Amino acid sequence: MTSATYHAPASVAEAVGLLSANPAAKVIAGGTDLIVQTRSGRVKPSAYVDIKRIAGVSGIRAFEGGFAIGAATPCTALLEDAALCAAWPGVIEAANLIGSVQVRNRATMGGNLCNASPAADSVPALIAAGATCVVAGPGGERVVPVSAIPASPGRTSLAPGEFVVEIRLPAQPANASDAYLRAIPRTEMDIAVAGAGVALVMEGGVCKSARVSLGAVAPTVLLVEAAGAALVGTTLDDAALDAMGEAVRAACKPIDDKRGTASYRTHTAAVLARRAALIARDRAGAKA
Amino acid sequence: MSKILVSTTVNGEAQEFACDPSTSLLDALRTELHLTGTKEGCGSGDCGACTVSLDGEMVCSCLVLAAEAEGRSIGTVEGIAEGSALHPLQTRFLEHAALQCGFCTPGFLVAAKSLLEKNPDPDETEIRYWLAGNLCRCTGYDKIVRAVQHAAADLRQERTVA
Ligand SMILES: Cc1cc2nc3c(=O)[nH]c(=O)nc-3n(C[C@H](O)[C@H](O)[C@H](O)COP(=O)(O)OP(=O)(O)OC[C@H]3O[C@@H](n4cnc5c(N)ncnc54)[C@H](O)[C@@H]3O)c2cc1C
Ligand code: FES
Ligand code: FES
Repeated sequence: MTSATYHAPASVAEAVGLLSANPAAKVIAGGTDLIVQTRSGRVKPSAYVDIKRIAGVSGIRAFEGGFAIGAATPCTALLEDAALCAAWPGVIEAANLIGSVQVRNRATMGGNLCNASPAADSVPALIAAGATCVVAGPGGERVVPVSAIPASPGRTSLAPGEFVVEIRLPAQPANASDAYLRAIPRTEMDIAVAGAGVALVMEGGVCKSARVSLGAVAPTVLLVEAAGAALVGTTLDDAALDAMGEAVRAACKPIDDKRGTASYRTHTAAVLARRAALIARDRAGAKA
Repeated sequence: MSKILVSTTVNGEAQEFACDPSTSLLDALRTELHLTGTKEGCGSGDCGACTVSLDGEMVCSCLVLAAEAEGRSIGTVEGIAEGSALHPLQTRFLEHAALQCGFCTPGFLVAAKSLLEKNPDPDETEIRYWLAGNLCRCTGYDKIVRAVQHAAADLRQERTVA
């Protein structure tokens, strides 16, 4: 490791200043990707900018009927917010599939997003949920959809000096819910071969709106609008689920690697999306 | 490169050390504070041999920068026994032969203690999922799970007596 410096700014402005002054500086949230990548030599930060001591960047608050989650909030802390777990169970379960308890006590959804892995578990769930994030930078703050952050494997659309301050989940109608499922070779501690997040709004047994997002089947996490559209106006009968599966398979552009072949990933993504849609429907029904 | 001076609390005692910005908490504990109970298996978050508690939550110390420990409270395996009196987890690990080479044991003890603080009566599935981030190449895990169950029962007993 080279001569990096370590900074623990107390304010967003101070963090933006450090990141702007130092093009090779890296934000450290939980460090569970960054420290591994630094140790292997893949990343050589000139400075670590630790965002965990910035007031207001940790913790969960109510926001416009939904939730604002500070970017430094570890995944296990999400489990302690009962209202958040009830509204967005799919997001919370996705974030709490990451690694082990030790890893989740540090890992954040912001880090999962900004690491920009196509297999990041919380990202399909966030995108299905229609989550946005607040990005702070030299020009002030902007709010962008979570789906706009990943650019390609390991790269984000964030400009120099920018970082994610907060992730926002919208208000959830009473008869709506979500789910996330992934396939891994083991039951814990592995990277997704495929993942699917589905968020649904139901009304009188009929789907009013649906968003389907896929992980690990393309260079970035995908939002598959055609898959969501296939469910709208249906009761999620077999024909609708088959049509959704077709749209999912059509959207997959996976790689072959040691975890799975392209055809296995494509097939699995559709199976997971179908199961996740049914779980989300049942959850929405259980709340109505 | 300038060193960072870190003031922290380790096993209830105030400690100070100097470290490089990139030094891990694991390396600082072992080389600066000579607390070599905490082990390095992988250095990448996979094995849990380096598990310590940080402000009461268990973490992999190989994935924490030592500089992050400023003002925080750290618990290591050295802090589990009270003087020469072993913690029930340690006693039951010995009785159940829940260790062979022992390299994974400090991490398992810290992780199991953290579990029992949050959930005094975990079932076997909860124990196995909680300990999924701790790898053991020797025991096959079964003896570890039994030892944790037994220690949990001891601690519940202690509580009802007290
Ligand atoms: C043993 C192990 C198992 C794992 N298992 C999984 C798994 O099952 N699923 C999964 O998806 N991931 C897994 N991971 C990867 C990792 O834990 C997650 O991606 C985690 O969410 C990263 O969050 P972090 O806060 O630790 O990020 P960090 O390591 O702090 O940061 C990751 C990257 O994002 C940048 N960054 C962090 N926060 C921000 C921000 N707010 N704004 C801008 N940039 C930022 C950093 O500069 C860095 O480049 C695993 C890792 C380990 C070590
Ligand atoms: S040494 Fe830290 S998890 Fe293996
Ligand atoms: S006792 Fe040898 S690794 Fe667990």
